[in-house]
This record gives sequence, C-alpha cells and structure tokens, in this order.
Amino acid sequence: MAGYRRDDAPVDPPYRYPDYVSTRFRAPSRPPIVLPHTLTEVTGPLLGEGRVGELDHDLTRQHANEPQGQRIVVHGRVLDADERPVPRTLVEVWQANAGGRYAHDGDRHPAPLDPNFTGLGRCLTDDWGSYRFITIRPGAYPWSNHDNAWRPAHIHFSLFGRSFTQRLVTQMYFPADPLFAQDPIFNSIPDASARERLVSRFDLSETVPDRALAFRFDIVLRGRDATPMEEP
Amino acid sequence: MTLARTPSQTVGPFFGIALPWPDGPYVVPDGTPGAIWIRGRVLDGRGDPVPDAVVETWHADPDGRFDHPDDPRGPAPGSRGFGRSPTAADGSYAILTLKPGPVPGPGGSTQAPHVDVSVFARGLLNRVVTRIYFPEDRAERAADPVLAGVTDPEARATLVAERTDDGYRFDIRLQGDRETVFFDI
Repeated sequence: MAGYRRDDAPVDPPYRYPDYVSTRFRAPSRPPIVLPHTLTEVTGPLLGEGRVGELDHDLTRQHANEPQGQRIVVHGRVLDADERPVPRTLVEVWQANAGGRYAHDGDRHPAPLDPNFTGLGRCLTDDWGSYRFITIRPGAYPWSNHDNAWRPAHIHFSLFGRSFTQRLVTQMYFPADPLFAQDPIFNSIPDASARERLVSRFDLSETVPDRALAFRFDIVLRGRDATPMEEP
Repeated sequence: MTLARTPSQTVGPFFGIALPWPDGPYVVPDGTPGAIWIRGRVLDGRGDPVPDAVVETWHADPDGRFDHPDDPRGPAPGSRGFGRSPTAADGSYAILTLKPGPVPGPGGSTQAPHVDVSVFARGLLNRVVTRIYFPEDRAERAADPVLAGVTDPEARATLVAERTDDGYRFDIRLQGDRETVFFDI
C-alpha cells in the first residue's frame, strides 16, 4: 500500500497571509512537522450513502417556490492526480444567494434574504467521479477585510476523497471576475496557474435550453505515492 | 500523466449552513457503553476563543482497525470513525466516541492510540492537522513513531489530552503560547 504524494512546489496558500487580516492571529507561527502517512492517514471516512436527500443536489427546489437569480448547472469530475475518478464520494457545497447574502445569522450584509434559498447542497459522485448541482449564480458581497473589499462570487466546496490526506475544502469561482485582483483569499494561492484551477469554465454543452446556464469545475485530489509505504 | 491538484481555500465564516450535521459529534450513538467525550476549545494567538471553527476527527476502532478497504487487515464494518463538531461561541467543541486501540505503524512499529484532527476556520487558508494522544498511554507514546518526530518535550506535550470526568480535554491553540503542534500531511 502506498501513501499519498506530496507537492513538489506549494499548491495551497500559506497559513500566514497578511493581506487576509483574519490570518493574523490564527495562522500557526511554527512550521508544521512532516507526518509520515500511516494507516490512519491513508484511510478516511467513506461517507455518503444515507447522508444525501433526494433534492439535496438541486438548490432551486428546496423550498415552496424557486429562488431569485440566474439558474445554473455546476458540474464536473472529482479525480485524483493520477486521473483516477473518485467514485461515490460526498460533495458538500454552500453559497450566498443571488444578492450576495448567506442564510446565516452571522451575515450582516444588508442585502435581502431569499425565503426560497438556503444555499446548501450535497451529492455523491457517480462511478466515474462525476457530480452535478443545480443552483443559482451567487452574488458578490462586501466584507470588512480592507477598504471597499468585495469577495468575488464563489461556491464553497467540501470533499472527502477516500483518505484523510485527500480531504479538501475550497471555493469555486466564475470566469473573468473583475474582483479577483483585489481578493486576498483568491490571491493567497502562490501560483497563478493554481489559482486558475479554482475558476470554473462556462460550459455550453451542459446548459439546459430555455432553463439554465452551466459551469464546469473539475476537482483534483492528491494522488498515490509511487513508493509503497512500509507494510505494518 | 499527472494532473495538478486543486488548491485549498478557507472554509469561511458561514459553513454553518452546510457542514454541521445533527449526528456530527456522535461518532458513536449517545449511550454507547464505554463512550468518551473528547472536549476542548480552539483558541487564537491572543488566547481568545475561535467561535467559527469546525473540528473533524478520524480514528481507529477500539481494536485499532478502520472500516476502509485500504486497511490491509480488511475493513472493520460498523465503525464510522469520523466526527465533526463546529465550535460554539466560547470556542468549544465536543466529540463522543470510543477510545481507539493501537494502530500498526511503519517498519513493524506500533502507534499509540491516537485521533487525527483537522481544524477549519475563517482565517485558516488551509486546514491545520494535529493528533490527540491519551495521557494514560505513557509507554505506548514513548514508542510511537510519529511522536518520535516531535523532539521538543513541550511541543510534544501539546499533543496529549487531559483526563476529565467524562472523557478527555484537548485544547487547540492555533498560535503563540503553548501553540499546538501541527503536522504537514
């Protein structure tokens, strides 16, 4: 059995990123210690069956009426770095409504709440690692990080993969957002091509005529190491 | 051909609409004989509670096995092994579970009973990962191959929970005084 491959160059953001003010007192000050991958790290929760309701994948059908906003399909594949699909894995998403407001008590942005939109979705990937949500395009919203700060429109994604090492929480963005340049969360990713991997593509082939636009967002989790870890 | 990995982003402050599950903190159902509460607080560099974090745990069953096909001894069915607890206003989290058994380690070694922990929060651009060890396992900890890589005794002490009336206490200090040891996985 093999462990999971480590990155050759940084892919994830650093913990401390001064432009994102909330990192100031939360980023660890000491460098993390390398943890060899043992059985605990190459295994992980295989959740899903029983955690996903019939309408959890369709954020436009969870209330009495349809939410305000532009209907979109968000779909893609979950693969590992060796191009192997990650089947039957739980994908959780959450997002703001079309006006840029979360259905969360802590969100003080004075944009209207939408009684027909919670902004929570769940699904399992199929046998080929594919997932598909129907939702509305979230709005951008202001936040207090710096003067006149706005988050680019985004959808939060949470994935488990098949091991503790593959766990990933990230955000999907929309193409050519003019707010990217001033967003410290997006720009905390050191490599420009890695940032681009968080930007979905408009996907004409998956649009639903007379109904919904479509965006594709493929997600790549860590791959297996070529060198087997020592057998217990 | 290899694909480039998708980078991490912060979980943000509003994951509460999606990630908390009613049964998230219950790795085992309430009333399970022998169950323990692992409780603690997540604190920032000023010692203030972090009220918008989510703590996730993953660990072996009492026999040291996992319900997972990559466990070479075969999956141990019935053990969820996974807990998820958002923090409250005072930074506290709680997980109800059964204490894991020792787990095989590299090179024929044995790992002391431990719990893998991820913490996600606003202000954390990537999760931080740590491990909980148990205070009574003194000899097992001395032989643990992962703890052997944590040479500073004060740092190592941050990885050991304290015994309480109903289980264990394990505080997570993100930064500064008695900063918890975090791992690069």
